[in-house]
Amino acid sequence: MDREYIIRHGRRVYGKPALMNDVPMHYCPGCSHGVVHKLICEAVEEMGMTEKTIAISPVGCAVFAYKYIDLDWQEAAHGRAPALACAVKRLWPDRLVFTYQGDGDLACIGTAETIHALSRADNIAIIFINNAIYGMTGGQMAPTTLYGMKTATCPSGRQTDLHGHPLRITELAAALEGTCYVTRQSVDTPAAINKAKKAILKAFGYSMQGRGASLVEIVSACSSGWKMSPEKANLWMREHMFSYFPPGDLKDTGREVQ
Amino acid sequence: MAKIRGAVVIDRERCKGCNLCVVACPLDVLALSTKEVNRKGYNFAYEARDGVCTGCTSCALVCPDGCISVYRIKEE
Repeated sequence: MDREYIIRHGRRVYGKPALMNDVPMHYCPGCSHGVVHKLICEAVEEMGMTEKTIAISPVGCAVFAYKYIDLDWQEAAHGRAPALACAVKRLWPDRLVFTYQGDGDLACIGTAETIHALSRADNIAIIFINNAIYGMTGGQMAPTTLYGMKTATCPSGRQTDLHGHPLRITELAAALEGTCYVTRQSVDTPAAINKAKKAILKAFGYSMQGRGASLVEIVSACSSGWKMSPEKANLWMREHMFSYFPPGDLKDTGREVQ
Repeated sequence: MAKIRGAVVIDRERCKGCNLCVVACPLDVLALSTKEVNRKGYNFAYEARDGVCTGCTSCALVCPDGCISVYRIKEE
């Protein structure tokens, strides 16, 4: 049984999701954004919401997400994606509305919008890509940058007395009454990717059931910003990021009800 | 016992040679090309060991660019 026979007669068990466009993505090789884009495509397809989804794209590396995922997108001003998502969801309550934001967009300039959107219990889902660095602008220090981590604007490493502490936005969100599902996932291994997809599906499902706001943080690698190979970046992430940003569910109101 | 056989098809022009699929494959089926590059100059991934793949989809799951399609068949 040769390769050609398997391809011709076998079952296609995995491939690029139909919602993902054929245009090549501008992301660096090995960027976690691509994996999360794929998961969103698969989740929307599985929910059968292809024609009823409105996504909000951020400012940051994922600013061109509308080119890569074949959904209806709305581009928000820097950090204002959750506010825009709330408006869209209130006008179209039957649509699946989610934002896709990085840590510079969500945890820095858009902190107020994020906290208030989550606190208002608007039925939106927020996908939060946390790579502890400003990727697009050239690797500057972000609010989520870890202790001692070197970036372009803190070349000798982040110091607590000068730069303060890394911001755990997901823990903040879990403490808010308006959130229904708050989780932290990663996309470094096949098992973690499957778990992250389940989390995204759950967040989308809860937002359609009108349970409240949900936040899915995805701890990601930024190989270019961290100046490592994609493979080493994943290892570094597991070694250093997971101790400060441990993966797992922080809040799930659906589970309490069942 | 029925054996599961698999095969992967890699879109070599879309591949950016990040090596994540090579690391993720539990059977060391994949490798990056050493003598050839694609139109963008990346060393693309290819199926280096024939007849070993079981179609577990690990490589395709971790591929950030969605370049990999996996086919599976049951061998009687």
